[in-house]
Amino acid sequence: MTEILSFNNVSYSYTPDNPDARKAVQNVSFSIQQGEWIAIVGHNGSGKSTMVKLVSGLLFPQEGEVRVMREVLTEDNLWEIRSQIGMVFQNPDNQFVGATVQDDVAFALENSGVPYEDMVERVHKSLAQVKMEKFLNHEPHHLSGGQKQRVAIAGALAMRPKILILDESTSMLDPQGRDEVLKTVRALREEIGLTVLSITHDVEEALYADRILFMNDGKKYAEGTPTEIFALGDKLVEFGLELPFAMRMTKLLQSKGVQLVGEHMTEEELVNDLWTSNFNK
Amino acid sequence: MMEKMIFGRFIPSDSFVHKMDPRSKLLFVFAFIVVVFLANNVVTYALLLAFTLFVILMSKIRLYFLINGLKPVIILLVFTFMIHILFTREGDIIFQLGFLKVYEEGLRQGIFISIRFLVLVFMTSILTLTTSPISITDGLETLLNPLKKMKLPVHELALMMSIALRFIPTLMDETDKIMKAQMARGSDLSAGPLKDRIKAVVPLLVPLFVSAFKRAEDLATAMEVRGYRGGEGRTRYRQLKWDWRDTTGLVLLAAVTILLVGLRN
Repeated sequence: MTEILSFNNVSYSYTPDNPDARKAVQNVSFSIQQGEWIAIVGHNGSGKSTMVKLVSGLLFPQEGEVRVMREVLTEDNLWEIRSQIGMVFQNPDNQFVGATVQDDVAFALENSGVPYEDMVERVHKSLAQVKMEKFLNHEPHHLSGGQKQRVAIAGALAMRPKILILDESTSMLDPQGRDEVLKTVRALREEIGLTVLSITHDVEEALYADRILFMNDGKKYAEGTPTEIFALGDKLVEFGLELPFAMRMTKLLQSKGVQLVGEHMTEEELVNDLWTSNFNK
Repeated sequence: MMEKMIFGRFIPSDSFVHKMDPRSKLLFVFAFIVVVFLANNVVTYALLLAFTLFVILMSKIRLYFLINGLKPVIILLVFTFMIHILFTREGDIIFQLGFLKVYEEGLRQGIFISIRFLVLVFMTSILTLTTSPISITDGLETLLNPLKKMKLPVHELALMMSIALRFIPTLMDETDKIMKAQMARGSDLSAGPLKDRIKAVVPLLVPLFVSAFKRAEDLATAMEVRGYRGGEGRTRYRQLKWDWRDTTGLVLLAAVTILLVGLRN
């Protein structure tokens, strides 16, 4: 397993002169291996966004180090490292630079000086990977939010990144757009073994992850598989996070006296349990 | 109102003119603006008019559409025509009504100036109607490239222009949304005296500016993360191709220029 990204005791404060002020990120450590999908969850102000800025080199840690491909991120290798990171931001409109879909996908390629013939091939290929190849010449205002985010993913893929970072990428989309984007990311993972880091406060999105990092007040509160994390139950609710729909449903059903085996995180599990619950009687 | 305006609008098609390279079209129009001033008699003006009509024909844009869209300009045209009729006093009097005297030279000058004005407006409209804004930007960027030596930030200007163009529909949608939101809270943008209406625009502009700045900041971050470091070492995805159409266009213009020089007084 190759390590793609790691945080080693990273701390960052927006007001470093004031030692009493709470740090935005406090002593956080974790690492992501190739092919993993990690989700960072937490409510507003938990330090999620600061962590994204630390990964992409928009901020540098005051303590500890951020490593991408085992290299410590510094001002010197910043641009080289950025070319290995693909990022998709929250607002689909505000990250669309090009006049048309293909121009936008080519933007990062242009920046790194990829020759023209190479660019055409990569643009077409990455648009096909997100199933947007029919929209080559479309202008952004004729696309839905989900489609724009898929274009943004294609723009990131064109650079053949080592890791794709989704920074609240689905939070401004309607449910349909959200499913579109998440399906695309899942398919890409299976296809090309993409490593994914998603920052989200949407628990349903976090369920897709292999591991969840639960942030609270700038500290890593817990880390584990979705099952382990959501087993914390009411603790999460206390910190302002919702439980997955199926889990809430299970709890409500149990409180009404329906016999269910354990807690269910996905709708499918719950449904399966429900329709088989009377078999053994 | 907006549908009729044709300034800055782009009508996609596959005509000869549409397929020309933006660089040759820009050069053509700039040269044409100068060439127009060579005409000074009936034959040369007729030639200019004929050439313009030919270009319109080649662009497959309907003349009716063009004239209809230029209505606001026509008022200006009539105005300059009238000024010439009334104030030029040379040649024979060909018409008299009370103290108003129309001289032959006045009529001639009036017609000439109108034709000059008309062909200029037609040609520049053809440019914007047949070239997408982004191609015009690309064309301008390449044409202005030599000015980089004079420290003119050509690439940055072109990028600014293309981003501005890209955000026009986005900001239009936003304006619409804010307008509806303010209307829902009882603001009235269309009635009352002018002073009140201007005042009603303020609560529309403030949120629009705030969100535009927010967008700009987001966009800057996204661009930086995607490796944007200015024009140095950048390659271009939109390639400009100069083909036989472009050479033909410019050769035609050169031929017209030579004819004009030969035929003028």
